[in-house]
Amino acid sequence: MNYAAILQTVGSLALISGVLSLLISLAEKVLNNYGVCELDINGGAKKISVQGGASLLSTLAAEKIFLPSACGGKATCGLCKVQVLEGAGPLLPTEEPYIPAEERARHMRLACQIKVKTNMKLVIPEELFNIREFNCQLVAMEDLTYDIKWLKLELPPGERIDFKAGQFVQFYSKPYGKVKEEVFRAYSISSRASEHDHIELLIRLVPGGLLTTYVHTVLKVGDQVRLSGPYGDFYLRGNCDEMVMIAGGSGLAPIRSLVYDVIEKGLDINMRFFFGANTVRDLYYIDEFRQIEKDHPNFTFIPCVATPNPEDNWTGPTGFVTVALKEQVADGNNKEAYLCGSPGMLNACIDILKDKGFTEDRIFFDKF
Amino acid sequence: MPDINPLIIFLASIATSNMVLSNFLGMCSYLSVSSEYKTASGLGMAVTLVLVLTSALNWAVYTYLIVPLDLVYLQYVIFIIVIAALVQVLEMAMDRYTPDLHAKLGIFLPLITVNCAILGATLFMVIRSYGFVQSVLYGLGSGLGWWLAISMLAAMREKLAKAKLPPGMSGPAISFIITGIMAMAFIGFSGIFTIQ
Repeated sequence: MNYAAILQTVGSLALISGVLSLLISLAEKVLNNYGVCELDINGGAKKISVQGGASLLSTLAAEKIFLPSACGGKATCGLCKVQVLEGAGPLLPTEEPYIPAEERARHMRLACQIKVKTNMKLVIPEELFNIREFNCQLVAMEDLTYDIKWLKLELPPGERIDFKAGQFVQFYSKPYGKVKEEVFRAYSISSRASEHDHIELLIRLVPGGLLTTYVHTVLKVGDQVRLSGPYGDFYLRGNCDEMVMIAGGSGLAPIRSLVYDVIEKGLDINMRFFFGANTVRDLYYIDEFRQIEKDHPNFTFIPCVATPNPEDNWTGPTGFVTVALKEQVADGNNKEAYLCGSPGMLNACIDILKDKGFTEDRIFFDKF
Repeated sequence: MPDINPLIIFLASIATSNMVLSNFLGMCSYLSVSSEYKTASGLGMAVTLVLVLTSALNWAVYTYLIVPLDLVYLQYVIFIIVIAALVQVLEMAMDRYTPDLHAKLGIFLPLITVNCAILGATLFMVIRSYGFVQSVLYGLGSGLGWWLAISMLAAMREKLAKAKLPPGMSGPAISFIITGIMAMAFIGFSGIFTIQ
């Protein structure tokens, strides 16, 4: 063995790599140092001084201003859109697919893609300032079906969350097993908007899903969970005589919150809730909604099972929700539709609703 | 140093010794980023820029570091880490000083680190023992040649997107056929000048 040669090889490679990394660090220090930049939000309503060089999304998050984001800054979800009037630079190729021409004219940008390099002028909708971060404690967790878990998360003492029924929160996992990074995903709140000290979520196990696997296999009652929210424009409008609500799987969560909201506010609105499941074992919360139906004549519950097994003795509507929807909703007059579920189901239902005369501004949905 | 006019090297590396069409280097990004003309052209521009800079830098590294220190057996590794580091610094510098250019090329730069046309140009330059000016012009010519080839392919693929191709012919298959025909056409240049 020629130790001198090995030593020389390792030594020279280490030296060259070392020098190059040093150069890169130096370059980073010099080139990526944009000094202190001032962010002017909503025409001077709020001014913050930040260290430049990072993405706008993370810079704002460090200042406790949370823009919605589902992909974690990879330019794949397009949720972190923000209006930047000055200081954003040219539109980047990574942003192009998410910003249509009309939004380009209004200077909408993806906050995760643009870097803070100079002073910037931003417009951030007022309700986003309501978005906060909560370190909650998981106080209860139960199986609703073989693949859907119910979670109750309590806010730290003294804190409260104000959300509109139908909105969602972002749920952050901790690294586990082979997953070395924190991941976060969006989940609708299933509890009542009138309860401010805790929230409930319904999380279905997605095979191979990083976060749902974490919830279903790692998370235990008593654990701490980081959440941020509330987000989303799926919430009660209530300018109608009847609400047609459609959900599949864990899409029931925001609908449950909406139903309680209408009841608690004492609104004079009829509600018709179509709940789609593949088999009888996918159904849950049936007794609870049957009870609401008994107590409140303005609420009708229509669970549909696509392919019931003979031994289940299923007597309700069979087939997809689309079948029941076609039969039981006559027209779109003075009606609003609220949908939450998989894209396939939602698109089919939206087509039917449009045929029935629902206009697009009266169809609200949350696809996942 | 071979006695060839650097200008001849420059022209030859575009036409007769084209990176893609005669050496078949950089094929991966050539095939995968050529469905849209605009994007392909952006990548071509970025490759050209990086090729010129890496040829110059790697020539200096080879002449003043690798040869004197007797590290020729490590040249592949050294060239690659030099390219990777250069691209990193280049990206930061572009972001700072030429944000418009960075907006266009930024997403391609990390891709280019692993483009074999870049390492290929450096290795050819070493094997043929080019001088500094020859190396830089070889890098520039190779880059322009690559840019030309990917732009031509992308322009044709944009037209072909609406064409009725026989089943199994769309995508990579037709791209390979187009590339082959272009390569044959480029042989026509070899009567003008050839370099080894």
